[in-house]
Amino acid sequence: MAKRIDVKDLNIYYSDFLAVADVSVDIEPNSVTAFIGPSGCGKSTFLRTLNRMHEVIPGARVEGKVAMDGVDLYGEGVDPVAVRRSIGMVFQRPNPFPTMSIAENVLAGVRLNNRRISKGDAQDLVESSLRGSNLWNEVKDRLTRPGSSLSGGQQQRLCIARAIAVRPQVLLMDEPCSALDPISTLAIEDLISELKDNYTIVIVTHNMQQAARVSDRTAFFNIAGSGLPGRLIEVDATSTMFSSPREKATEDYISGRFG
Amino acid sequence: MTTLTPTPAGPPDLTPDSTADTRALLAGMDTRRRVTDKVMTGLVVASFVIALIPLISVSWTVLSNGLDRFNLNFLSVSMRGVFGGMDAGGIYHAIMGTLEITALAALISVPIGLLAAIYLVEYGRGALAHTVTFFVDVMTGIPSVVAGLFAYALFAVVFGPGVRFGVVGAVALSVLMIPVVVRSCEEMLRLVPNELREAALALGVPKWLTVVKVVLRTAIAGIGTGIMLAVARVIGETAPLLITVGVIDSINFNVFDGRMMTLPVYVYRQYSQGLVPCNDPAAICIPTINYDRAWAAALTLILIVMLLNLAARLLTRVFAPKTAR
Amino acid sequence: MEGFAGRAFRWTATGAGALILAVLAAVAVFLIIRAWPAMSARSGELSEKINWFPEGQSLLQFIGPLVWGTLLAAAIALIISMPLSVGIALFISHYAPRRLANTLGYVIDLLAAIPSVVYGLWGGLWLIPKLQPAWAWLADNFGWFPPFAGPASDPPRVILSVSLVLAVMILPIITAVCREVFLQAPVLHEEAALALGATRWEMVRMAVLPFGRPGIISAAMLGLGRALGETMAVLMILSPGALYSLALLKVGQQQTIAANIALQFPEADPLGVSTLIATGLALFVITLVVNMAARAIVARRKDFSGAN
Repeated sequence: MAKRIDVKDLNIYYSDFLAVADVSVDIEPNSVTAFIGPSGCGKSTFLRTLNRMHEVIPGARVEGKVAMDGVDLYGEGVDPVAVRRSIGMVFQRPNPFPTMSIAENVLAGVRLNNRRISKGDAQDLVESSLRGSNLWNEVKDRLTRPGSSLSGGQQQRLCIARAIAVRPQVLLMDEPCSALDPISTLAIEDLISELKDNYTIVIVTHNMQQAARVSDRTAFFNIAGSGLPGRLIEVDATSTMFSSPREKATEDYISGRFG
Repeated sequence: MTTLTPTPAGPPDLTPDSTADTRALLAGMDTRRRVTDKVMTGLVVASFVIALIPLISVSWTVLSNGLDRFNLNFLSVSMRGVFGGMDAGGIYHAIMGTLEITALAALISVPIGLLAAIYLVEYGRGALAHTVTFFVDVMTGIPSVVAGLFAYALFAVVFGPGVRFGVVGAVALSVLMIPVVVRSCEEMLRLVPNELREAALALGVPKWLTVVKVVLRTAIAGIGTGIMLAVARVIGETAPLLITVGVIDSINFNVFDGRMMTLPVYVYRQYSQGLVPCNDPAAICIPTINYDRAWAAALTLILIVMLLNLAARLLTRVFAPKTAR
Repeated sequence: MEGFAGRAFRWTATGAGALILAVLAAVAVFLIIRAWPAMSARSGELSEKINWFPEGQSLLQFIGPLVWGTLLAAAIALIISMPLSVGIALFISHYAPRRLANTLGYVIDLLAAIPSVVYGLWGGLWLIPKLQPAWAWLADNFGWFPPFAGPASDPPRVILSVSLVLAVMILPIITAVCREVFLQAPVLHEEAALALGATRWEMVRMAVLPFGRPGIISAAMLGLGRALGETMAVLMILSPGALYSLALLKVGQQQTIAANIALQFPEADPLGVSTLIATGLALFVITLVVNMAARAIVARRKDFSGAN
C-alpha cells in the first residue's frame, strides 16, 4: 500500500511571501522520514503541502512538483480531496470530533465515501483500526463514549486510528507528541515503528531524540533570518545525520548550539 | 545553501502500473459526493443572493417612489389644514417629534445603560451581576408594542386613562434602548486592557477615578458608536409611539403636553389613509397623495437611520487606533 | 480603601444595574394592574361594553385565536428564514473570501437597519401585488395540502405574505448569531475533517454544524421572539380574522396580538384598553419564555474580556 513521494524544486508561498524555497527531497516508501529544524523554518508548512492541506489557508499556494508514485499531486486531473484521502494527517494537538463517539470518530473518514457500510464491516474496521493504533484494549468497552473523554495520548492514538481507517498510502504527522506526556509519547513512538510496515510515514518533530529513535531518514530545515524563506539544508540516513552531517548548520543544530 | 540529495534517475520501485494506479486513485471521488458538494455550494451562495433581493428591492422602491415628493417644502411644512388629494403637506412636525422624543429617550437610556455597564464590568460579582446580565439579554427581546403598553400603563396610573404625550413615548423607547446601550457599552468597556486599570490603581488613583478617567476615556469612541447604533435602532420604532404619543397633524414642540407626530407613525398614518377618491375634476387632486407622502417620509426615515449608521462607523474608524490594540 | 466618592460611584452603578431588573418587574406589574379590569370582568361584560369584542366570548376565548395567529405567523417566518440564514452565515464564514467577510456581514446587517414600518410599506404597496401569481400557483398545485388550500385571495393580504416579510426582518438577527458561532468553529476540527478527505460541504457537516448547533437553536429562538412581537409589518399587510385557521392563502383568517393592539388601541375605551393590555401581557409572557429559553441554551460568551 505504501507509496513514495518525490518533491522537486518546491516553492511555498503565503500570498506573495515566499515561506519555503526550493525544496527537493525523496521520501521512500515503508520508511519513517523525520523533518527537524528550528521554529519557523517551514518544516510544518512543507509537510502540509504534501497532502495539499497548505492551500486551505487563504492565499496559500505552491510552485514546483510533488509526485506520489510519479503522479504530480498538483497536476491536472488530481482532486485535492482524493489526495488528502490517500495521504492521511495527524496534527500537533489531538483533534477527535467532540460530538462523535470513539467508534464514530474512527469511522468518520470512511463514512464519507461509503455511507452504507454494514454494521459488521464497521465494527471490524473500528477494531482493526484501533488495534492498529494500539488503543483497542484501552477503549474496547467504551466505544460509544465521546472521543473527548479520553486522555490526551489516547486521543492522539484515536486520531491515528481515524487516519489509518481510510487506508491511506502515506501518513503525515505534524509534531504528534508535542502536546503529550512522556509515557504517551513513548506509546506513539512505538506505534510509529509498527506503522511503517504498512505506510510511508513523514513526521515533523522538535525533539531530536525522537527523530533519532523513530526515523530512518532525517531532513534538516533551517532559516537564515526572519523574512527569509526556510530551506532544506540536508537530508540523509538518520544515523549519518546524527553522526557525521555534511553541513555545519546541521551539526550545530543537532549538538544543541541553536534552535 | 541549497545542498540537495542527489535525485536518483528513476526511483527503483516505480512501475508504469503503480503510476497508473495512483493516477486513478487521485483522480477524484465518486459522483454523488462531487455533486452534493457542488449543490450545497450553490445553495449557500444562492441564499446570500436571495437575501440581497429584499435589500435592493426595499432600497430601490423607497428611493424611486419617495424621491418625487422629497424636497425642501416637504421637509419644512406640517400637515395642518391639509385634506383630500391636496398637493401639499409635509413632515416637519414629524421630524421634530421624532428628534425630540428620541433625544429624550437617549437622555434617559444612556446614563442608566452606561452606569449599568460599568457596574457589570467593573463591580459586578455574584448573583446580582448574573441576574442583571441575563435579564438585560431577555429585555432585548421585549416586543416594542409591549414596551408601549408598559409606558402607557405607567403614566395612566398618574394621569388617568387616555394619556398621550411625548415623554410617555420616550419612556417606551427607553425600555427598548437601555438593553442595547448596556450590551454595547459593556462590550466596549471589556475591550479596555486590564493593564491600564492596574497601572492607574498602582499609582494610587482610586478605583472610581480610574474608571472615569482611564477606562471611560479609552472606550469613549466605542461607547459613542454603540449609542448611535442604539438610537438608530429605536428611531424607526412605530408601534410604541402609535400607542403612547398618538397622531396629530400640527406642530407640537412640547413633550410634556399633548400628542405629537413622529416620522414612523407618519408613514403608517399616510399608508393607512389609502387612496383619495377624486370626484371633482376642477380641483387639483392626486389620488395617490397619501402613498406618495408615505414613501417620501420612509425615504427620510431610512436616510436618517443610514446616516446614523454611517456616522457610527466613521466614529469607530477615526478613533480605531486608540481603542483597538 | 474607598472614599465617599468611590462608594457613591459604586452604589450609583450598582443601582443602575438593579434599576434594569426593577424596570422589567415594573413592566410585568403595570401590565397586570392595567389588565386587571378586563381579567376580572364578569362574563359578558366585555362584549357588552367593547364594540369590537366578539359576542358571548370570555377574555380567554378572545385571546386564544390571537395567540394562534401570532404563533403561526412567527413559525412560518422562522421556517422560511432559518435555512436561508444558516446558508448566508455559512457563505460569510466558510465560503466567501475571508477579506470580504466583514463587508458581506455588514450588507446583511443593513437589512436590520431598515425600520419595520418601511417593511410594512414595501410589503403592503409593492410586494403584495407581485405575490398574487405565486400564491395562486401554490394553491393550484399544492391545494391538496390544507394550509395551501385555495382559492388564493386577491390581493393576497394573507398570513403567508406577512410571514414572508417577517422572515426578511428576522433574517439578519438569525444570520448574525449563526455567523458568529460558525466563525468560532475550531480550525483544529475543520482541518481534521479536510485531512480525512472531506469536501468543503462534508467539512461543514462534520466540524461546523455540530459545533454550531446550540448557537443555531438559540439564533432561531431569538428570531422567533422578534417575529412574535413584530407589529407594523403585520398591521400593514394582513387582512385580519379571528379564527383558529391553518389557511395560509386566504384573507380574514388570523390576526396577531401585536397587530391587534396597534389596530384597536387608538380608538379603544378604558375597558377596551384593559383588554388589549391583557393580550399584551400574554405576548409578553410568550416572548419572555422564548427569549429566556434562547439565552439559557447558550450562556453568554465571556470572551475577549480585558477586565476579569
